[in-house]
This record gives sequence, structure tokens and C-alpha cells, in this order.
Amino acid sequence: MLNINKDADGSKLTIALQGRLDTTTAPQLDEEVKQLQDKVTDLNFDMSDLQYISSAGLRVLLSAQKLMNKQGSMTITNVSPEIMEIFDVTGFCDILTIK
Amino acid sequence: MKELSIDAKVENLGKVLEFTDRELETLDCSVKVQTQIDIAVEEIFVNIASYAYVDGVGKADITIEHEEGSQFVSITFTDQGIPYDPLKKEDPDVTLSAEEREIGGLGIYMVKKSMDDVIYRYENGSNILTLVKNLSA
Repeated sequence: MLNINKDADGSKLTIALQGRLDTTTAPQLDEEVKQLQDKVTDLNFDMSDLQYISSAGLRVLLSAQKLMNKQGSMTITNVSPEIMEIFDVTGFCDILTIK
Repeated sequence: MKELSIDAKVENLGKVLEFTDRELETLDCSVKVQTQIDIAVEEIFVNIASYAYVDGVGKADITIEHEEGSQFVSITFTDQGIPYDPLKKEDPDVTLSAEEREIGGLGIYMVKKSMDDVIYRYENGSNILTLVKNLSA
């Protein structure tokens, strides 16, 4: 299960993820990323309540990063040690801006 | 040994993870190890569900084995789909930038990196893939 909570403030958008970002839930987030408006120049993913991410989730983050490279910047915050390890192994720690 | 025989459909991922997690919970493993096993199980099952059976739906059999006192657990996936060795897939270049990165190949790479051993064989019309993980790692 994945809950997606969005908090928009002008050009800044925070997407808080809660639960599991896996093959069955990644399409939900992919849909959100596809619907992202051009005016969003500062996108943040808050991962404090994200327990799990598989390659399907990484793919969505990669497409979000590619999109934001064109229209602004993207940051990832509150990453748990388990998820950080996945970012390390896959080289995503170098692609993403993790704070 | 515990066994689950299930239709190889992506919608069944939750049931597959419930099955493996239930067994893992009886063993004493860390959150990190459990997460790594979950990820590997998801990647392998989703691969079978997405590619093994071109015409319609087939079965995936999953067994989980742990010998009393052993620190290793092995999880085996068997399907009767088209012969496919995911270990032959080339590793993605994990040093590339976001723009250069390709979408595919990450899943099996994560499996190889996080498991202690991954063994594939094709026998009697079945793909048999075994994940081996050291629980105390």
C-alpha cells in the first residue's frame, strides 16, 4: 500500500510517501509525476514514512529526476538507512539529491 | 520446506510477499535482510509474471527452505514458461547520470548485489531460479 500526500506552495511541491513503493504501487506515483505542472520548479519527496522501494519505484524516481532536470530541481529527504542502502547499491545516490 | 503455487500474475505479488515474509518472521533476521529478500522476491516474481508465459497465465511455484540451525535461507522459483536466464542480462552501468541511465536491468542487478548466491537452471521444461541469503549478514 502506498499513500501519496501532496503539499503545494507556489512553485514548490512536496510529495510525502507513506508505505511501499513497489511494482503494484509505483504506477500511482508515476501518474502523479506525469501530471506534474510546468510551474513546479522545486520538487521534494519526503520519504520519512516510506518503508520499501523496489526497482519499479526507482524507475519512477528516475523519470521524475529527468523531468525536473528540465524544469527545476528535485530533492529527496528523510531517507531511512534501508532505502539509502538501495540508493547506494544502484548508484541512485549519485543521481538523486538526497538531503 | 514451505511451498506456494500461485498464478504468475503481478496482482499476486502481495500474496507472494505475505508467504515469504511469514516464513522469514519465524527466523531471526534484521529489517535490512528482510527488505533485501523482499526486493529480490518481488523482482523475480514480477519477471515471471511479466515475461514467462506469452500466451495467457501460467503457474509460479515458490518454495522457501531453511535448515534448523543454518544461517542460510533459500527461496526457489519454478515456472514452465519460456526458457529465460535473468542472470545473463548485462549489468547496468550504475555510474551514469540520470539522463544517460536506462530504465531496465536494475531489478536483477539489485538481486545479484543483495543475495549471497543466485542460481539458475533449466530442467524438464522448467525455469528454476534459487536465491540464497545469509540471514546473519
